[in-house]
Amino acid sequence: MNAFLAQLLNGLDKGGAYALIALGLTLVFGTLGVVNFAHGALFMLGCFCAVAFRYLLTIETVTVDPTQLSPWGQPVEVRTPLVQNWFGDFGAVLVDYSVPISVLLTVPVMLAIGIAMERGLIKHFYKRTHAEQILVTFGLAIVLQEIVKSFFGPNPVPQPIPTDLRGAADIGLLLGMEAHQLTYPWWRLIYLFFSLAVIGGVFAFLQFTTFGMVVRAGMADRETVGLLGIDIGRRFTIVFGLAAVVAGVAGAMYTPLLAPNYLIGMDFLVLSFVVVVVGGMGSLTGAVAAGFLLGILQSFASMTEVKSLFPGIDQVIIYLVAVVILLVRPRGLLGRRGVMEG
Amino acid sequence: MLSLSRKDVIKLAVLAAIVLTMPIWLAPFGAAYPGLMQKFVIYAIFAVGFNILFGLTGYLSFGHAAFLGVGSYTAVWSFKLLTMDIIPAMIFAIIFSGLFALVIGYFCLRRSGIYFSILTLAFAQMSYSLAYSVLTPITNGETGLLVARSDPRVIDGLLGADGMANGLPTPSLLGVSLSGYAGFYICAAFLIAAFFVSQKVFASPFGMALRGIKSNPTRMIYTGFNTKPYMLTAFVISGMFAGLAGGLLAVTDPIAGAERMKWTESGNVVLMTILGGVGTLFGPVVGAWLIKYFENIFSAINVNVLNDFFAVLPDGLQAVMVTILSKFTGEGWHLTLGLVFVLIVVFLPGGLVEGAERLIRRLRRSGRTAVKKKVVQQ
Repeated sequence: MNAFLAQLLNGLDKGGAYALIALGLTLVFGTLGVVNFAHGALFMLGCFCAVAFRYLLTIETVTVDPTQLSPWGQPVEVRTPLVQNWFGDFGAVLVDYSVPISVLLTVPVMLAIGIAMERGLIKHFYKRTHAEQILVTFGLAIVLQEIVKSFFGPNPVPQPIPTDLRGAADIGLLLGMEAHQLTYPWWRLIYLFFSLAVIGGVFAFLQFTTFGMVVRAGMADRETVGLLGIDIGRRFTIVFGLAAVVAGVAGAMYTPLLAPNYLIGMDFLVLSFVVVVVGGMGSLTGAVAAGFLLGILQSFASMTEVKSLFPGIDQVIIYLVAVVILLVRPRGLLGRRGVMEG
Repeated sequence: MLSLSRKDVIKLAVLAAIVLTMPIWLAPFGAAYPGLMQKFVIYAIFAVGFNILFGLTGYLSFGHAAFLGVGSYTAVWSFKLLTMDIIPAMIFAIIFSGLFALVIGYFCLRRSGIYFSILTLAFAQMSYSLAYSVLTPITNGETGLLVARSDPRVIDGLLGADGMANGLPTPSLLGVSLSGYAGFYICAAFLIAAFFVSQKVFASPFGMALRGIKSNPTRMIYTGFNTKPYMLTAFVISGMFAGLAGGLLAVTDPIAGAERMKWTESGNVVLMTILGGVGTLFGPVVGAWLIKYFENIFSAINVNVLNDFFAVLPDGLQAVMVTILSKFTGEGWHLTLGLVFVLIVVFLPGGLVEGAERLIRRLRRSGRTAVKKKVVQQ
């Protein structure tokens, strides 16, 4: 039972990441009708927003401290980040909490990148075939990856969890178990809640604001909304920016869990496309549900009991589910009838 | 059966001439090594096969690397169990990848468009992950499947040929060892044969039916065609081409690894076909060569080479040029590739071959108008 709960929790935070990426993909697909293979690269850019932010924060000054001697009798070089010089203890906290704070930086940066991308390239591809959209965004993803690689190098750049948030939460205590029966790392828990909050935010935005209402109307029938005198193109550009932001913050917060390198987006992209298809193309709730579902399934499949029953199942479970869903129910779990069925 | 239209005979002759003289005309580009040219030719076969599916039917498969991998594994197993001769290895590689394509195609072709792409991708990724984990007895996992001295090689044993003069056994054809140029010419012969087959497919009623399915599947069904078997045949044929390419890769280097099945490899063949020109005969060949050239030669241009090249410029300018260009060459060759790719999809959706055709047509037209003007003046 404990193992079961532990795997459920493990699956939830991974599912949170899948859900966030799939949400952005679906937003873009549902509004613009574009199959965006560069979405994984947006996730990757978000990761590197966090990396870059920390890099900026930790620009150091080196001072020689003659009062301290190293074991070899040399004066010790003391490295202090500039922020710490300027702000003292507050600066140290800033460096420590670089990852969560970097989310604030990620939002405007990703919004700008997303809007630039849509205006610069994607908008010329609305009328082209899906194959061509896939190809051009795939090429764009390669370019973005290589640019990041030329700045940050090919190796993964690990990001630390803030010191206070290290360690694990004793979930078992809450459920009335003995201590240390069921623990769960704090940061994963935070990521789970963070992803839920972002998902809730996006849904609230679409559901309760006028802007969101127009966007939903545009998703249902673009032409009519245009005929009502609403510049739907401009709204959709902002939606693309929003999708980029969602992918970006998902990436930035994920960095402590998985050290990002420039290829991280591609690995997530393939999975999140599967998620979108399983959930139903164009269905936002479907994308979120499928994200969590596949995350949980994946972590159950990696339990030793399951693996001894079906060897190798942990490697293929997601694709297996996708194949079965596509063959049995092509519009996905929650897809609308008639949308991209075929 | 073997006849071609006059135009196609010319095309085939041109291709044969170009391929067979590769060692001569690639020399100035610094790429005339047998091993590298072999890769050029093998990936051209891969792309030509992919084009039969994507070019004729419009179905974009993102899982073709799986067939490449199956071909490689089969060929190496044939080397290990039967003989180092490549004839059985190639036959088995084609048969097994064809069967594999039959199974996968049967499921994937139930859907079209992006769903087809995702399905093929999912199947290929499954094969890739399984080759790494559960199937290690067959694939030898991360190390890759290798030929060893102690392999049984039943047929070689019967014939008394051991084929290992020095160290490891090398692939051979009827007793002739296939290292260096011999290997290249064998691969070249396979490419010419593959090109011929693709010409036959393009010109056949079968090819016409596939084009019909591409432009309007519903109408094809209403005309009384059962489209499924046509599509499946096209899928299997292109899978067999990929298997042949995989088998030949095992000939150049008798090792088969799972990374050949990864989806980036599938993406590569898509890039090759698009870059050259989808649905044209020469396009995939040109695309494959260009990408392999970039991968092997462009990536070798490092800062030193650039410094030498720009040594004639004044120092400051030299430094500037080198810093800018070094971002695009060497390690950064992928960046150039991505940019070229985006530009081609945006401005030249038909690929390089279509671009060249357009250019030729324009030149001809301007030539003709010039002649007309002269006539008018007289």
